[in-house]
Amino acid sequence: MSEPVTALNNTSDATGIAAVSEIGPVGMITLRGDLNASYLRKAAAQIAGVDVPAPLGCNSSDNRGIAWMSPDELLVMCPYAEAGETVEKLEKAIGSNFATAANVSDGRAVFRVSGPLAREVMAKLSPVDLDPAIFKPGMFRRTRLAQVPAAFWMTDDETFQIFCFRSVAQYVFDVLKVAAQSGSAVGHFPLAEGQSANT
Amino acid sequence: MSTRLATGGRLLNKAKPLSFSFNGKQMRGYQGDTLASALLANDQMLMGRSFKYHRPRSVVASGAEEPNGLVNLGREGRFEPNARVTTTELFDGLEAASQNHWPSLEFDVGAINARLSRFLPAGFYYKMFMYPRSFWKHVYEPIIRHSAGLGKAPKSRDVDTYEHFHAFCDILIVGGGVAGLEAARTAGLSGARVVLMEQTDHWGGRAPVDGGTVEGVAADQFVENLVEEIAAMPNVQMRLRCMGAGVYDHGYVLGYERLTDHQPDAAGPRHRLWRIRASHVITATGAIERPLSFAGNDIPGVMLASAVRDYAVNFGVSVGDRTVVVTNNDNAYLTAIALRHAGLDVPAILDARVLPQDSELMAQAKALGIRVLMGHAVASVQGSKRVTGVAVCSQAGEGAVLEEITCDAVAMSGGWSPVVHLWSHCGGKLRWDTAHACFSPDVDQPPKGADGLGFVTPAGAASGMFALDDVLHDAHAAADGVATSLGFKLPKDLTAPHAERREETPMAPVWMMPQGAGTKLREKAWLDYQNDVKVSDVRLAAQEGFVSVEHAKRYTTLGMATDQGKLSNINGLATLAGALDMEIPAVGTTTFRPPYHPISMAAIGGEARGNVFQPIRRTPMHHWHETNGAEFEPVGHWRRPYAYVRSGESTHDAVMREVTNTRKNLGLLDASTLGKIIVRGPDAGRFLDMMYTNMMSTLKPGKCRYGLMCSENGFLIDDGVVARIDDQTWLCHTTTGGADRIHQHMEEWLQTEWWDWQVHTVNVTEQYAQIAVVGPNARKCLEKLGGMDVSAEALGFMDWADGEIGGFKVRVYRISFSGELSYEIAIDASHGQAFWDALTVAGNDLGIMPYGTECLHILRAEKGFIMIGDETDGTIIPQDLGLNWAISKKKEDYLGKRAQERSHMADPTRWKLVGLEATDGSTLPDGAYAVGEGTNENGQRNTMGRVTSTYHSPTLDKGIAMGLVLNGPDRMGEVISFSNLEGAPVEARIVDPVFYDKEGKKQNV
Repeated sequence: MSEPVTALNNTSDATGIAAVSEIGPVGMITLRGDLNASYLRKAAAQIAGVDVPAPLGCNSSDNRGIAWMSPDELLVMCPYAEAGETVEKLEKAIGSNFATAANVSDGRAVFRVSGPLAREVMAKLSPVDLDPAIFKPGMFRRTRLAQVPAAFWMTDDETFQIFCFRSVAQYVFDVLKVAAQSGSAVGHFPLAEGQSANT
Repeated sequence: MSTRLATGGRLLNKAKPLSFSFNGKQMRGYQGDTLASALLANDQMLMGRSFKYHRPRSVVASGAEEPNGLVNLGREGRFEPNARVTTTELFDGLEAASQNHWPSLEFDVGAINARLSRFLPAGFYYKMFMYPRSFWKHVYEPIIRHSAGLGKAPKSRDVDTYEHFHAFCDILIVGGGVAGLEAARTAGLSGARVVLMEQTDHWGGRAPVDGGTVEGVAADQFVENLVEEIAAMPNVQMRLRCMGAGVYDHGYVLGYERLTDHQPDAAGPRHRLWRIRASHVITATGAIERPLSFAGNDIPGVMLASAVRDYAVNFGVSVGDRTVVVTNNDNAYLTAIALRHAGLDVPAILDARVLPQDSELMAQAKALGIRVLMGHAVASVQGSKRVTGVAVCSQAGEGAVLEEITCDAVAMSGGWSPVVHLWSHCGGKLRWDTAHACFSPDVDQPPKGADGLGFVTPAGAASGMFALDDVLHDAHAAADGVATSLGFKLPKDLTAPHAERREETPMAPVWMMPQGAGTKLREKAWLDYQNDVKVSDVRLAAQEGFVSVEHAKRYTTLGMATDQGKLSNINGLATLAGALDMEIPAVGTTTFRPPYHPISMAAIGGEARGNVFQPIRRTPMHHWHETNGAEFEPVGHWRRPYAYVRSGESTHDAVMREVTNTRKNLGLLDASTLGKIIVRGPDAGRFLDMMYTNMMSTLKPGKCRYGLMCSENGFLIDDGVVARIDDQTWLCHTTTGGADRIHQHMEEWLQTEWWDWQVHTVNVTEQYAQIAVVGPNARKCLEKLGGMDVSAEALGFMDWADGEIGGFKVRVYRISFSGELSYEIAIDASHGQAFWDALTVAGNDLGIMPYGTECLHILRAEKGFIMIGDETDGTIIPQDLGLNWAISKKKEDYLGKRAQERSHMADPTRWKLVGLEATDGSTLPDGAYAVGEGTNENGQRNTMGRVTSTYHSPTLDKGIAMGLVLNGPDRMGEVISFSNLEGAPVEARIVDPVFYDKEGKKQNV
């Protein structure tokens, strides 16, 4: 098998008010089922190494994690190379119960937007309240990014990790760059203590 | 003449002189000027021509309400027509040009219209251009098109960028005058998240100009202190140059921020559209002064009294040396006083009122030596391109001239109207305030949110409060009430700042000056400056039966110009009420619609321009296609290769080559865009039996089946191959355009109708790159790469299997949309390009060539396979296409079954699918109709069929087509005639739709 190639070959740009880069490949598994069922919660937690998050949340540790996608869907994250076997492990742990796991690692692209003004860049494209008092690291949203569906969560106070479909990776990269163009700082969100921004 | 004063100009930075040009003439101004104040400072009173009569015009106002001062701004990539001079901040190098005249601003041929104005009353166009009918297209319309329009359309691409910004807050305050500032302070102290926006580049609104004392300090100092206090609050965001453009349902508000209009060379976006969700909106939008309706009130030099004051105090500009003030209220006296303080002459104040005793301001004016004429009015203004004097008459009379006063400016005030636009956008109601003769917000009938409670509160002048102390108290109370209702607590003992009261005598409504003005004067009294609507026009509309204010507006075009009637609205409807002998509130207002003031289209478009105008979907092999001659065609948001054109080849040549090569050797198709949906669960089989017309539950693992999907109305909506993966899992392929739509369709049925069925769907379309390896050499190619057994015995037609080929983990489907030996191979998208490359290398000596969508279409048409979107158009059922074999007779039900049994669907005269061959071998025109005998009831030729797909087949070396024809399958061999836009009808023979390899030998090897 060849080396996996992400949609944009991990391209990046740091000329604007926030740094934008394609990361990955990331192992991603869609897990659908009854999120209140203990067999599912146990299986997911055991395999991802973190608890199933509350709605609109994401729990992660190292390169594993679980994001809440909808009332009956989770996104399980793991190293790319382990995605296939992780699906098998999940299926095995769930047994004959009704749940569906599918590897979607290749169908998506993952981006990182980082810097003190990352929140403003994201707020230009997504209709989400990104006030630091409201949207905090560990929170997760399925939303849109300009004209395409996307999901994101904050890994720390200056960094967003964004998921979108692979086919629109170029669009997402380009639109993030436009939103991060230099001279476009909004100055709407207060910067944290000690932060300074290149506007 | 208008000029710059030696003193004054609180907004100017005189240390920063700027140069700019108007109609090519170089002029000077200062930082802090608007284009309007700078033009006046350069004695450029004449700024444009009116729309209809081409009357010479100058500014009448100093803010967003300005109807006249519109210019073409900038050049090339920064050219913008209809820029309002009063809202355009001056910058170094600004270039402006006047509009709507020919050949020049000073001498305009169109001004002949003014001479003809007697013959151009309201409704003239409606009446005149009715007859004769033929004149409309060839005479009237070209003339109107030539004369219509204000600014020029831009010719160059806009070089700037734009963006949106999504913001959320508890309280949004629109307007940064004293009311907005006091509301922001109060709301800020409650701890609420507050956004305060102001459309101009400075805080404080009118208060610093109009003066007064608050908490012992002058108004401008009070504003400065307040701004400082608010700026220190971390929970309040202040934003200048940001206009509240519109209020919509659920507290959604659009803000329009102009970032670089005043500094075009600065980096970053030009405009930013704020998309705000506010729990509550406070409109502190102030008030707008009304003109008075007297003859000649549009002559350059006649301005609103407040504007004259603004130009003097804010910009140190004198509009004229001698200014006559004409008013029906006390407020305009401030102008007279300000002008006297600036050392200018005010020969008289004409006050339409007759007061029993002098008001405070009147006494002040008199003490300055200004002559006050009570009960007097302007009979007419003298001058044409500039005021030269006024003829004075009694307000009570018909306009007999008592006296003429020489002057070069007239400052008029007809009272003030609260800016109720934002309050009204989402349904806030108005009440008539008799004391101030204006509409103000009826706070008992606010725009309501989902909870049934009001979500907009007016504050200050916008709620009909005009005295400074009232304004501050009202704003404080508004913010207090809003913050409390949202659960925030104000600090104890917090009170509104106290302003010193000035006693004012009530204004008196004056809608025509003089009161008994005859036709001659009414024909010169303008209501709507920009659209040239006069008092006489509105009266004519009333006389002709336009009783509703909305009808009268449209008949006369009152308030329909780019200023949306900010100055003319109230005067117009008061005139209408007078003519109809009705009360003003009974006539009502026209509808206030967003935006408050025009905003740029580009701001609405936001970031969506250039390479991010629209998302383009790309497959993992997209870049390879680009570098290998692909001409793309859009399929949904995807771009798929139409054909791979080699040098020296036409597109048609390339398509023909690709077809022939695929039939003879080996073709490679990027089929990644096809939808792939996993359907899984104990009830998945049952569910798919409902989704598809044929039986999917009986499909064995390892097998594929072609299926049709119908809507509940019976119409064919999608097709594709379904593979059974295991006991509980199926993989459904959809068309490229159908992937998202069909996934949604499945989820809708699962979530709303069969919510208790245990079925999951997962759309894995983009997880896989899918490559079709097609042609007689397909197996050889795969065998050369080595790996899994792809022989006919191991992997028969319509089988699938997982395995490895050339070291790649793949899933191989033995399916064919071409009629050739064909493998569709799915591979994880991250390896798609590598696998494609491996196939290209392996197939090198087997004649491998990539092929595009047009080749795909021809291959399938030669085989008589239908295409969703060609053979179907949303009105076609599978039975029309002869697909009865794919409709299960055993199943009790499937989506569309019942609909297909309805009489119209079962009608034997429905057009049915057949093949068509032009008798001369040509390619039939696409979409052509088969012509029948006679005509229908509309006198149109009867039709009996149409072409749905048509191509030149290189395999058969002739045109082939599919079409739907009346009783078609029963008419094999018959020749019918098809219409042809290019010339004579084309004869075509009805044939079997399968043109090539009817037995299917080639795909089943």
